[in-house]
Amino acid sequence: MTDWTRICALTDVPVLGARVVESAREGRIAVFRNSADQVFALRDRCPHKAGPLSQGIVHGTTVTCPLHSWKIQLEDGQVVAPDVGCAKPYPIRVEDGDVLLQL
Amino acid sequence: MRKLKLVMVGNGMAGVRTLEELRKIAPDMYDITVFGAEPHPNYNRILLSPVLAGEMTIQDIILNDLQWYADNGITLHLGARVTEIDRRNRSVIATDRNGQTITVDYDRLLIATGSTPFMPPFPGRDLPGVISYRDIKDTDEMIDAAARYRHAVVIGAGLLGLEAANGLALRGMAVTVVHNSEWIMERQLDRTAGKMLQAELEKKGMQFKMNAQTAELVAGESGRVAAVKFKDGDSIPADLVCVAAGIRPNVELAEKAGIHCNRGIVVNDTLQSYDPRVYAVGECANHRGTAYGLVAPLFEQAKVCANHLAEMGIGRYQGSVTSTKLKVAGIDVFSAGDFSGADGAEDIVLHDPGLGIYKRIVLKDDKLVGAVLYGDTKDGAWYFQLLRDEQDISDIRDHLVFGNAHLGDVGHKGNNVAAGMADDAEVCGCNGVCKGTIVKAIQEHGLFSLEDVRKHTKASSSCGSCTGLVEQILASTVGGAYQPSDSNNKAVCGCTDLSHGEVRHAINQHKLLSVAEAQQHLGWRTPNGCATCRPALNYYCLSSWPHEAIDDPQSRFINERAHANIQKDGTYSVVPRMWGGLTTPTELRAIADAAEKYRVPTVKVTGGQRIDLLGVKKEDLPQMWADFARAGMVSGHAYGKSLRTVKTCVGSEHCRFGTQRSMALGVKLEKMLYGMWSPHKVKLAVSGCPRNCAESGIKDVGVIGVDSGYELYIGGNGGIKTEVAQFFVKVQDDDEVMEYGGAFIQLYREEGFYLERTCHYLERVGMEHIRQRVLDDAASRKALYEKLLFALQDYKDPWAEIFADKSGGSHKREFEIIKV
Repeated sequence: MTDWTRICALTDVPVLGARVVESAREGRIAVFRNSADQVFALRDRCPHKAGPLSQGIVHGTTVTCPLHSWKIQLEDGQVVAPDVGCAKPYPIRVEDGDVLLQL
Repeated sequence: MRKLKLVMVGNGMAGVRTLEELRKIAPDMYDITVFGAEPHPNYNRILLSPVLAGEMTIQDIILNDLQWYADNGITLHLGARVTEIDRRNRSVIATDRNGQTITVDYDRLLIATGSTPFMPPFPGRDLPGVISYRDIKDTDEMIDAAARYRHAVVIGAGLLGLEAANGLALRGMAVTVVHNSEWIMERQLDRTAGKMLQAELEKKGMQFKMNAQTAELVAGESGRVAAVKFKDGDSIPADLVCVAAGIRPNVELAEKAGIHCNRGIVVNDTLQSYDPRVYAVGECANHRGTAYGLVAPLFEQAKVCANHLAEMGIGRYQGSVTSTKLKVAGIDVFSAGDFSGADGAEDIVLHDPGLGIYKRIVLKDDKLVGAVLYGDTKDGAWYFQLLRDEQDISDIRDHLVFGNAHLGDVGHKGNNVAAGMADDAEVCGCNGVCKGTIVKAIQEHGLFSLEDVRKHTKASSSCGSCTGLVEQILASTVGGAYQPSDSNNKAVCGCTDLSHGEVRHAINQHKLLSVAEAQQHLGWRTPNGCATCRPALNYYCLSSWPHEAIDDPQSRFINERAHANIQKDGTYSVVPRMWGGLTTPTELRAIADAAEKYRVPTVKVTGGQRIDLLGVKKEDLPQMWADFARAGMVSGHAYGKSLRTVKTCVGSEHCRFGTQRSMALGVKLEKMLYGMWSPHKVKLAVSGCPRNCAESGIKDVGVIGVDSGYELYIGGNGGIKTEVAQFFVKVQDDDEVMEYGGAFIQLYREEGFYLERTCHYLERVGMEHIRQRVLDDAASRKALYEKLLFALQDYKDPWAEIFADKSGGSHKREFEIIKV
């Protein structure tokens, strides 16, 4: 793990939407923002068939994958039952209106 | 805060389902105590027949094992008989299996005592060897008797009686079924079907004695029952007598406690008895004069009751229209409604004794009022829906009896009867789900509804063409427990109990202008809905309040946000619009340039007469759009729940057979409808003559030119299940095509449920309704047409919009990748 990296301003992530971060080492990471202005980061790859989670619909603390509608919990990347699987979560926080990601 | 105490008397399917529903919505509200008279946890009573028949074991039919009660912190007293409800002190007094008295206080009491078998008062009813058929104990006794004795007599040829007879016969006993009417299952079947079933069962070796009045049960030397004697003097040997003469709500306890009962504990629409602290669900409850015995209504009651126990106070149980879909000894039967042949009723009958198929549908005043199906029941759900919706069937009367089997021909290799399918036969071609997988999921997870099966197995959750098969598998696996859901009135999703119709109505009535406003007004359970309800709400707001509602991009599926179609690898496909399928060298050059510039791996001609650029990276989309916008091209909306394409043939401009200028009309229609959002995708076609080269017969609106004008067809679909469009009206000229076609499309936009194609909408509301609004009433037609034009005016091409947006607004930034 390296230090916290500034990604963008919180306002650069749409409410109930996501942005894609590309890291040389980790590949694509989806950064989500929900209606309570909480942010979450998951590997941008659905455990089902590798769909880009960043393109899904965000609701509550869950994202629905755009390819086959699997539901993934934003906090821990766990897939909502009855499906099973996990997308890797990354530590993320908001500080002074900036989104910081730990890679 | 002190936890409330909930006590449940009875431990059967309806009661435990109520607890499950309650744990879902208010997991910590109550300390729960359950008294069950039987020594078993909750099991699927309907599956006792397969246990008796030796096809399943007790373990297979347990729905909630002891661990479930423990995990949910429920105190369970098994084998405990409740002796008294003390309403004054609010306590329940029971005797446990060791004879100890237990007293438990309650704040709320739930009575779910089910029913007891009715034992007619003939002499000898108490003899050893005389049993009823209700629980595991009875089943065990029958299995035991079958191993030791020869002659069994079943009194009563209802479903339970026949299942008992079948099971005993399979276990090697010589079985005689005694019945006091002219044919068997007279409440569920008419005479013909009853006789067919009887003949089939006789072939399996069962004997029947019809119109028989039992006089007494006679004891043998051992003291055990030995014969059944009838009023006509006849007598037959019997080592085991199973009495299945009906059931009665079990209300003894409630009556003793002074709770108002009348053929069941009388409850209101919230399942509350006359004592407001006391609720009742299941077979023991009488709701609006009916005590239900089928599991589907009981589960509905459970849901409502749980809601009120959780003090949420929404949801009413308003009674159920029930249908019977059963498998009796391997034979499918279905019945619904009134088929007694009352005054003014007409019968349509299809009877093929050779194939063992009998279908009788009963009509009255152009409506379906009853149906009996024997042997082939796959259309049961459809008939039931028609019956419940009281839909006018005069248009489809000529083929009504042949059914509408919700089965496509796709992916099932012609299989349309689930029973004959092998376990490894594929049922769902989209998700590769085999029959065995579905059966296993149903048994392991205790699934009862199509929705549950979709969730757990994904079968029937994509294109839906195998829905009929999955329903059949469900029906044969859970027995009579399965009841087709009322698809028109089911909740939009788990975030609400409201149906699509109710949500639409409210958005219209209360002028709700955004997704968030609608969710708040309608009491959504989740903070911001889900991926199912948000797009629907967004569409309903936009279509009800054009130019006023606020479009929420985050409530749209990615395709409608990115204005391109997401592909399996996360890239997109881009389709520029080609009005009416016409293009120019300049446009083709622009497409070729873009394909090279953005290194598009695949360029393909679509079925809708467009060119598709596949494999475009999301970050390249804004630039590509800008290039097309510069070339004067606009979005093809090949991705949206919107107008897709107007396909045309060459028409009289060039074709030697053409009678009308189909290309020109196609372009006009497409320009009129450009940018139209709709419940689902909408496709049109214009053919210049009846040779119909543009395939107008399978389009949402199909136009066919004839020498004297145009014929309009609506509700066609070339997809999952090919639906041929129905003839709608003959019109004179282009303007009338636009007006009549536009009015129909607007009606669909206003009344269609989200994700409902025109063919399904048409099936739901009926052609007559559309005719009334569009053809018979000119003012209504013109108003619809004007509303459509109003909604579509000033539509801005989304590509040009995003391209022109130099502010760096967040919807444009969304396409940029942040590199770290």
